[in-house]
Amino acid sequence: MIFETIIGLEIHVELKTSSKMFCACSTQFGARPNTNTCPVCMGMPGGLPTLNQEAVRLALRAGRALNCEINRVSRFNRKNYFYPDLPKGYQITQSELPLCENGYLDIELDESEKTETETTLGKDAPSRCIKRIRIARIHLEEDAGKLIHPENQPVTLVDYNRAGIPLIEIVTCPEAISPKAAVEFLKELKSIMEYTEVSDCRMEQGSLRCDVNVSIRKKGDEKLGTKVEIKNLNSFKEIQKALEWEQLRQQKLLRTSLPEQIIPETRRWDDIRGITVPMRAKDGARLGCIAPEPDLPLLDLNDSSMLHFLEESLPELGAQKRNRFVSRYGLSRYEADILTKSKQLADYYEDVVNNGAHPKEAANWILVELLRLWRMSEHREIPVAGQSLAELIMLVDEGEISRNAGKTVLSEMYETGKDPRDIINQKGLAQINSENEIKKIVEAVLDQNKNAAADYKKGSTKAAGYLMGQIMKAGEGRVNPNIAREILEDRLNKL
Amino acid sequence: MIDKGKPRGMTIAELQKGYQDKCFSVKEVIQSCLQHINNLDNPIGAFITVCNETALEAAEKLDEGLGRGEDIGPLGGIPVAVKDNICTRNIRTTCASRMLEHFVPPYDATVIKLLKNAGAIVIGKTNMDEFAMGAASCTSAFKKIRNPWDFSKVPGGSSGGSAAALAAGFVPLALGSDTGGSIRQSASFCGVVGLKPTYGAVSRFGLVAFASSLDQIGPMTRTVEDCALAFSILKGRDPLDATSVEYDGVFDYANALDSGVKGLKIGIPGQCLEQVDEEIAESLLKAGRVYQESGVQVEWFSLPEMDLCPAAYLVISSAEAATGLAKYDGIRYGYCTEAANNPDLDGMIRRNRSEGFGEEVRRRIMLGTYVQREECSSYYQRAVSIRNKIKNAIEQAFKRFDLILTPTSPVLPFEPGDNKGYLYNEARLGRFTVMANLTGIPALSLPGGFSRAGLPIGLQLAGDYFSEDRLLRAAYCLEQRLGLFMQTACVEGDEA
Ligand SMILES: [Zn+2]
Repeated sequence: MIFETIIGLEIHVELKTSSKMFCACSTQFGARPNTNTCPVCMGMPGGLPTLNQEAVRLALRAGRALNCEINRVSRFNRKNYFYPDLPKGYQITQSELPLCENGYLDIELDESEKTETETTLGKDAPSRCIKRIRIARIHLEEDAGKLIHPENQPVTLVDYNRAGIPLIEIVTCPEAISPKAAVEFLKELKSIMEYTEVSDCRMEQGSLRCDVNVSIRKKGDEKLGTKVEIKNLNSFKEIQKALEWEQLRQQKLLRTSLPEQIIPETRRWDDIRGITVPMRAKDGARLGCIAPEPDLPLLDLNDSSMLHFLEESLPELGAQKRNRFVSRYGLSRYEADILTKSKQLADYYEDVVNNGAHPKEAANWILVELLRLWRMSEHREIPVAGQSLAELIMLVDEGEISRNAGKTVLSEMYETGKDPRDIINQKGLAQINSENEIKKIVEAVLDQNKNAAADYKKGSTKAAGYLMGQIMKAGEGRVNPNIAREILEDRLNKL
Repeated sequence: MIDKGKPRGMTIAELQKGYQDKCFSVKEVIQSCLQHINNLDNPIGAFITVCNETALEAAEKLDEGLGRGEDIGPLGGIPVAVKDNICTRNIRTTCASRMLEHFVPPYDATVIKLLKNAGAIVIGKTNMDEFAMGAASCTSAFKKIRNPWDFSKVPGGSSGGSAAALAAGFVPLALGSDTGGSIRQSASFCGVVGLKPTYGAVSRFGLVAFASSLDQIGPMTRTVEDCALAFSILKGRDPLDATSVEYDGVFDYANALDSGVKGLKIGIPGQCLEQVDEEIAESLLKAGRVYQESGVQVEWFSLPEMDLCPAAYLVISSAEAATGLAKYDGIRYGYCTEAANNPDLDGMIRRNRSEGFGEEVRRRIMLGTYVQREECSSYYQRAVSIRNKIKNAIEQAFKRFDLILTPTSPVLPFEPGDNKGYLYNEARLGRFTVMANLTGIPALSLPGGFSRAGLPIGLQLAGDYFSEDRLLRAAYCLEQRLGLFMQTACVEGDEA
């Protein structure tokens, strides 16, 4: 039997606003519990919501970046359920008439991914393709508070700092894609949200969260299979693992002709055991009715105070930036791809270039040396200023220090944040460019390696390489290799 | 003056004059006001909380200001009674419910801020139907309210405490809230003036919601003039209430009242004579004649949509209440059951709500939840379509007329205990009033006469959006011509 996996995603993205969705409280992460609260977000009697315009602006930006139709008039609803993290007993959301609808995001699937998908489907794979993931809707809503269960204490604490933080929920249409493709989509989406400065997308802080829906059907079937929702997914890696596990679970049940055992339910990803388990009814609060929100008027973009949000130009997105890096800086597609994966890195690269580094060299240094150091460290921000790296690259280009010495300097810069020139002076790493000095070293090496010189005379090219190595060694790596090579060749030919 | 029980029964205008002429200090007025409440309110039950200390403190401050020759504001030294569903900073705000029995808001409602800025002094919080649900003030969790005109009768609801406090002469100004006629019906039963402003004209921030799309705070007074003054202070857009709007009409209260009614066109729906108490109908007819004599063009017309309003109101108000009251789970504040250490969270919330809310509130939450279930959504949709229908009908009516005149209530104040104040009856009693809430137009109730048994009869004037100016002008004319204003009920135990 050939199966097809259908995946739908519900992504909650925390908007990068300074105040909450419906009140003036701060959105600062990590504040002392219940200090960022007021009568409105605490659900006190008589509190009324007022809409944060900045949140609307960011949601519109997200909608436009994801090619959505913008509803000029949208509406808020109350989604009712009782749970201690929900101060008003309902969440204000946009159920009936969302701000954005009918968008899409194209993702590029690489060859291995394609093969994987197509093997499952049992068909020959075309080499590379673009998959369009349709986006059903993007709507505005508010976050709930956070329950804290202290260990070994029979109490539950509630922190309402998060209650009322502005979110957008992005809902994709169910698509026949692989778990890996789903994660590719999420990565691309994350990059767009970062580029448009809609969100920080810090998964570890919960500012990007994703629930997934999975169903399996026989290839060729029109009807969708039974949909299972999975929650508690905290990283892209976990999402892929959970999707793969759930895909397998459902396939097995279908193969053993127990399809009735696939029930429409919400399952929780148990990342320790690496399996999905049914959620206890208590884990998911029971949903009551969806009601109108009479405390907020219609969100009408035709309103004069809103119109300019629609005319605002979008910041450059990752894909656009990638193309520009290729055409403007002469980078390879691969280099541009990695540099533009995150806005932070792309901005850093351009900073280095704007400070005078050769674009191609800058890409090399960042992709090879800097990224290696960054990956090994705990730093969130790159601790080397763009200007300092540019200076270092120029010093190497101008032959002030050798490429190898440059690497040492960069490590030191990364550790200490010191200026490259200081490190070079301190460590005596400056390149030896004086012909006289180099001549002395060459003579000394030739004196000690008479055999090698004789071999060279007999026509051995290997011997020349060996001698060069000895010269570099004698100069502690600081000898300018080009000058040394010239002098060496000259000397050997005169022998 | 004060020795004779005055300034009890004085109007805002009279008190202002008294302050101007230095007949009494603010402290004397507030002291006398508190004394009357503390001595005489016991049988009436108009107040849940009396602010003895804070009111006197505020009075002393104002007296100091007066001593320095400062302007103490347009409502300087005026005691105001506030319905107990309007939040007052550091003053218990209960909504007449066990659920909020000990709730002390750390914030003032916007209207309270406005009143305080104008120099008014909050004298106490008035009794009401629990969460404003009722039309007879019989559902208060704490005590019943008696009508000062006849203790055997209800004062109307849900703003019964505010209306009774005015009728008893305790205060010249009170705040009420009006979801289906609460201000107007209690004003009518107690023989005072009550205005439900245009929806959005007065901020709802700090008003404990019953049904957000219908609720509106309004002033209650003993004269139209006082009502106009109070409204001029309360109106205006509030950044804290997204449904409030910049006042979109002329409102020059000082000149509004005297400019007359000549040339106005008033329509009276024929439905107002059907199933209406005979004595009330007589008052209505008399008012019609008075207007005609004053140069107003009075015409009868048909407004059958009016009869659709009560059912639509019932569904919409209950639905909004069901979600609006969801926040009362007893977790962050409010009533929490003895079994609070019950590990079962659901059970705890259920018990908090079952024990904290009274029967009437629970009934409406259940109804409201029911009509919003997916399989029952047709009820709600029909109610919404009726609401649109009545909006259209009203728009048409205001193309022909400047104002619509009706009785406020189809019945006279009745005796408690016959369930008339509850659920369906509230809607039926609101036959003439709920229309203004469903459409958002302003409407005002003023005394239109007395029954042979001496019970007050109220008449309602409704106008187009933001026409409070015209509404008050027409009410002022009728008030002056009928000569009914400023009557105070005689309360037993009165030293006079
Ligand atoms: Zn807040």
